[in-house]
Amino acid sequence: MTTQAMTAGRAPMPGMKVYNLKLGMWIFLLSEVMFFTGLIGSYVILRFAHPEQFTEPGVVLNVPLTAFNTFLLICSSVTMVKAYAAIQQGDQQGLKNWLLATILIGASFVGVQVYEYIALVGEGFVPMAEAYHAVGRHMPHDGPVVGGQLYGSTFYTMTGFHGTHVSIGVLCLCFTYWRAAKGEYSADNLGGVEIMGLYWHFVDLVWIILFTIVYLI
Amino acid sequence: MNWSWMLPPSFSTVSGDIDGIYYVILWITGITFFITEGLLFYFIFKYRHKEGRKATYDHGSTKMEIAWTMIPLVIVLWIGFVSKGVWDTVKVDVPPAGLEVIVVGKQFEWNVTYPGPDGALGTSDDFETLNELHAPEDQPVVITLRSDDVLHSFFLPEMRIKQDAVPGQDITVWFEAIQPGDYTIGCAELCGIGHTTMGGRLIVYTEADFQAWSSAQAQQQQP
Amino acid sequence: MSTIEQEMVHAAEGGHHDHHELPFIRKYIFSTDHKMIAKQFMFVSLFFLVIGGLLAAMMRWQLGYPSQPMPGGMMLPDAMMAPTPNGAIMLPEFYNSLVTMHGTIMIFFAIMPLLVGLFGNLLIPLQIGAEDMAFPRLNMISFWLAVPAGILMLASFAVEGGAAGAGWTSYAPLSASGEWTGVYLGQQLWLASLTILGFSSLVGAVNYITTVINMRAPGMTWFRMPLATWALFITAILILLAIPVLAGALIMLLFDQTIGTGFFRPEVGGEPLLWQHLFWFFGHPEVYILILPAMGIASEVLSNRARKPIFGYHSMVLAIIGIGFLGWIVWGHHMFMSGMNPLLGTSFMISTMAIAVPSAIKTFNWMATVWKGDIHLDSPMLYALAFVSMFIIGGLSGIFMASTPVDIYIHDTYFIVAHIHYVLFGGSLFAIFAGITFWYPKMFGRMMNESLNKLHFGLTIVLYNLVFWPMHNLGLQGMMRRIYDFTQYEYLAPLQPMNEFISISVFLLVATQSIYAFNFFWSLFKGEKASDNPWDSNTLEWTVPSPPPHGNFPEMPVVYRGPYEYSSPESETDFYPQTTPPSKPPVQDLIPEPVTPTPEGF
Repeated sequence: MTTQAMTAGRAPMPGMKVYNLKLGMWIFLLSEVMFFTGLIGSYVILRFAHPEQFTEPGVVLNVPLTAFNTFLLICSSVTMVKAYAAIQQGDQQGLKNWLLATILIGASFVGVQVYEYIALVGEGFVPMAEAYHAVGRHMPHDGPVVGGQLYGSTFYTMTGFHGTHVSIGVLCLCFTYWRAAKGEYSADNLGGVEIMGLYWHFVDLVWIILFTIVYLI
Repeated sequence: MNWSWMLPPSFSTVSGDIDGIYYVILWITGITFFITEGLLFYFIFKYRHKEGRKATYDHGSTKMEIAWTMIPLVIVLWIGFVSKGVWDTVKVDVPPAGLEVIVVGKQFEWNVTYPGPDGALGTSDDFETLNELHAPEDQPVVITLRSDDVLHSFFLPEMRIKQDAVPGQDITVWFEAIQPGDYTIGCAELCGIGHTTMGGRLIVYTEADFQAWSSAQAQQQQP
Repeated sequence: MSTIEQEMVHAAEGGHHDHHELPFIRKYIFSTDHKMIAKQFMFVSLFFLVIGGLLAAMMRWQLGYPSQPMPGGMMLPDAMMAPTPNGAIMLPEFYNSLVTMHGTIMIFFAIMPLLVGLFGNLLIPLQIGAEDMAFPRLNMISFWLAVPAGILMLASFAVEGGAAGAGWTSYAPLSASGEWTGVYLGQQLWLASLTILGFSSLVGAVNYITTVINMRAPGMTWFRMPLATWALFITAILILLAIPVLAGALIMLLFDQTIGTGFFRPEVGGEPLLWQHLFWFFGHPEVYILILPAMGIASEVLSNRARKPIFGYHSMVLAIIGIGFLGWIVWGHHMFMSGMNPLLGTSFMISTMAIAVPSAIKTFNWMATVWKGDIHLDSPMLYALAFVSMFIIGGLSGIFMASTPVDIYIHDTYFIVAHIHYVLFGGSLFAIFAGITFWYPKMFGRMMNESLNKLHFGLTIVLYNLVFWPMHNLGLQGMMRRIYDFTQYEYLAPLQPMNEFISISVFLLVATQSIYAFNFFWSLFKGEKASDNPWDSNTLEWTVPSPPPHGNFPEMPVVYRGPYEYSSPESETDFYPQTTPPSKPPVQDLIPEPVTPTPEGF
């Protein structure tokens, strides 16, 4: 049984293992699990150690808007699945359309998050310790401060790095779209699409976990 | 130059136990050291290349693997369990205090607060010393250890006591000296440019002498 | 057609990528050939090894001759050395930077890239029978990320406030704000540098793991892989999972330093101990990253030079895996005195005691490998035997600090420094010397000069022990780590003669390394030309020319046996290469259909 005769794009033949690009992406995603575990784990530890620096989620954060954003991201995973399914059938146009949909929805997610950040900063919810003066949504600006800098620090670090991963994903998807437009993918050569799909679903999964831990609990 | 592997003398109720564990480990590792290094050098000498002699074609022995897995495992776990008791005595089971003090580490000094004649900390008759801890012998001295800035580490070498001082935390350290004398306080955690200057003195008195010193200090530092 | 299809056709036509000479810049600078990348890592790392040694020498001046003018000190800036009429005296802030940067550079820019960047890249594809790594361009990126990381780290010496001075462990709050050290940009550059280096290591790990899993030649089953490859494989998994946690911690600390967050700053409600947990959760697997490849290298050299199979190959593999696995649950032994719950101290002590066992297993197997062997005491073997001997000392000294009550006394003393250096220098660095000497002919097509290496070995092993053995004694006398002037402590003043003794030994030890450096460069041009297999070795890298051509194997290799069949009765000579067909007809299902290799790309 040989492990050498593999191409980037072909689905594994019977008796062959997972091809290099796909295996490499899975392994890379394992490291990403550890990265987010470090950040989210730190958040959990800090929240247990200093509960007074945090609040119930809805006090400062816009849960309904972010819930909608979560829905958007899940939709983009669906479109990504459709894109992959399309190229599995050799459907070039379908691939391009569904990739474009994923890109647009993904970019919208980032856009909503940026909008959310701007609103939060306006309310005094910032990562800097000295400048933190969040008073909560719909509260007068001279009201009592709720939470503390640990809340801001952890919030922006976790969601910021996730947003960065989404943004990088969107850029990579643009590259994938460009290659698709040139007709470089086919039913026999879809590794590039498959690994983007893996990455995208991972980013979505991390968000669902983040959203639950940060916005719901 | 002191090449000895003997520990310098120690003077607390727990230091004998701590030193004892050290010597147990020294015996075990020392014997292991001589046997393994000895065998290694013996093999190198005896089995060095000689014309006409071939190496033995041998892939291993499951029996040996089991032996040299289980024996070290039993030994190290035994050391662990023996150690646990002493560790609990020092770090977990804090005895009732004969003297309570507060020690605050900061760049680059130790500030010690004593309870004063009323025997309670946090009252107006408390007094302080700088870079010195005065204590009576034969009584547990229970310290609330703090830091004002960065990590320091409160180190009493002759008492075999060490505990990091963490800003934002109150940590309990205790010791009971068994002999009056002039001992050392050190800082054992890099704390900045002046880390090397955070030495101090631990002065242990007889009970009576300590009372005398303590009253004199309290009077001197009357507000 | 797509580039993938083009490559497929190309490969089907002959197996080689390039029938023309690559331009200089593609061959030597931006190379995607794992062998060239290995050499790039090697040259850069050896440079940093020298820097790290010089930093240590300066530290040792201050320790041997506290606050006395240092030769050459007047050439350094006033921020580092205070000028006086008699010469320049080292300042405490510079001493703290030296301590920090010596550790950081040695660990991250010397030992790790030598073991993983050099030997991982050089050995993995060759030993498993692959033409290159799974992702050659990603491999190139891995090296070219390490270079700017190194530049940033060195540059931090030149900025205002100087280089980082909070120790290589960078404990918060000392490291979280420049107000405590006077170091601002230097600490931030340190954090940025290590973050970038982390990426370099991470993409390297993805490459190594994918390559080992997917690209082994026919017949190269898991349990026919050489131990060097096994060790590097497990090391790559440790890197993959540990570095991201470090990255998160570095980023959080960088935010504390720059943006004003307060993750680790208690004055604004942060948690100093969180830094320690995150750092050591990475840091403990890191030290196994620093020793496992060395153990792999030692196994290769010991077996080959003793002309004898590795004793207990399967146990050796299990021990590597065991060390890799247990390494995740011992991190708290760096934190016994930290203020962490003492009950955790006991649980970490038990796991730490347990992890001594797989290392002991390996040591006994190495000893049994040379027992009844036919030991050729040439220089790679001398270095490898020294590795075993010094590793025994380093491992045994670890038991003292694993015991929580004993650690109360020896934590943060020179006893720990002795332990660290017995495993990292006595262990890893000697294995690196063994490995470079052993695989030098494969890399450069020439042998190193054997007499010079033996001279280097003899001087190094003696001087090295004169430096680090007495540090056990210093620690037992109570001398703390990272201490600019220990004579400020009355009880430590009597230790000055021993410190001076160590310092003089260090200066001689550093000077001795010039012998190896000279031999290395001289042999590049004047070394005796090497055959394909100068060591009569069994593993696959020795079946191809020295140095191997681009693509490594002109035909797909087929593997018939394990890597340690020395002095086998089935062979006329005392070695039996993995790819030599057996004289008896083979069992059918061990030999697969030969398949044309197709290139893999990113």
